Amino acid sequence: MRRLLILAFAMLSVSPVAAIDTGKAFDDPELQARYDKLISEVRCLKCQNQSIKDSNVFLASDLRREIRRLIEEGKTDPEIVDFLVTRYGDFALYRPRTTGKTLVLWIAPFLLVLFGGFAIYRIVRHRMSMPLDDDNIQEGAAK
Amino acid sequence: MSRYLLPLVAVIVLVVFLSIGLTRGDPRALPSPYIGKPAPQFELPTLGDAEKTVGSEDLAGDLALVNVWATWCVGCRAEHPFLLELERTGAIPIYGINWRDTRPEALRWIQQLGDPYVASGFDGSGRVGIDWGVYGAPETFLVSADGIVLHKHLGPLDKAAWERDFLPIINSEGSQQ
Repeated sequence: MRRLLILAFAMLSVSPVAAIDTGKAFDDPELQARYDKLISEVRCLKCQNQSIKDSNVFLASDLRREIRRLIEEGKTDPEIVDFLVTRYGDFALYRPRTTGKTLVLWIAPFLLVLFGGFAIYRIVRHRMSMPLDDDNIQEGAAK
Repeated sequence: MSRYLLPLVAVIVLVVFLSIGLTRGDPRALPSPYIGKPAPQFELPTLGDAEKTVGSEDLAGDLALVNVWATWCVGCRAEHPFLLELERTGAIPIYGINWRDTRPEALRWIQQLGDPYVASGFDGSGRVGIDWGVYGAPETFLVSADGIVLHKHLGPLDKAAWERDFLPIINSEGSQQ
């Protein structure tokens, strides 16, 4: 039984190793790191809840190829991001840039927290002004 | 009474947002960032003859459709009869970008189903498709005489979409000139 379990887990561990990106690694580890970071932050437009790193749809592999080419041509990360946004819009990025159009995405969470905090503050203040327990209420009512 | 006002407003706002979100059509459809901007420049070997090319220069001067198609694309087969019909009426020149396909298959498709295109560019590597922001065939762009993208249609083009989305733009373009 135990052996079987070990075998089962061993088999489980194999599948993630099957790489989707079959391209050759960069010689320069720094470039490779940039490449890995970029492809994990670009949305696969065909399979929209995956990054192009995780998808093996041909569009994802095409985009990986383009990013690889741009890195090899010596383009900087912002230039590569620009390349993608011109073609596919801000939606292509998992980490949208702060522009006028995406500003609401960035500030909405803080606004919601502020709003929620204010609501809690109001409720707590209101409850604090109430009598502590039922006896007091009756006392108060009796007075 | 007033203690119910705030929750009520909150619920109404939520319902409004949800109903917009749930009824706005295909949530996977992306607006093209090219709308109102110059169409990407391209030049491709034609499908029929690899020696010849088709590209932005051919499009210039006329309102034109750029249709991205492939033989592996089911929606392209669905829209093909309508493209042929459009071509017969001579309403607008249609240029094809044969995207991520193979030449023999694409040629066979044209032979068997008919050729609605003035010319199709062969984009086997998908480079031009990426330049146009294509993420799923079929996609159809309406490009003005001076090379501005006026509209992008996702999925199979049909009469309803043509009359609803394309004709009004085409008519207003025509009256401007």
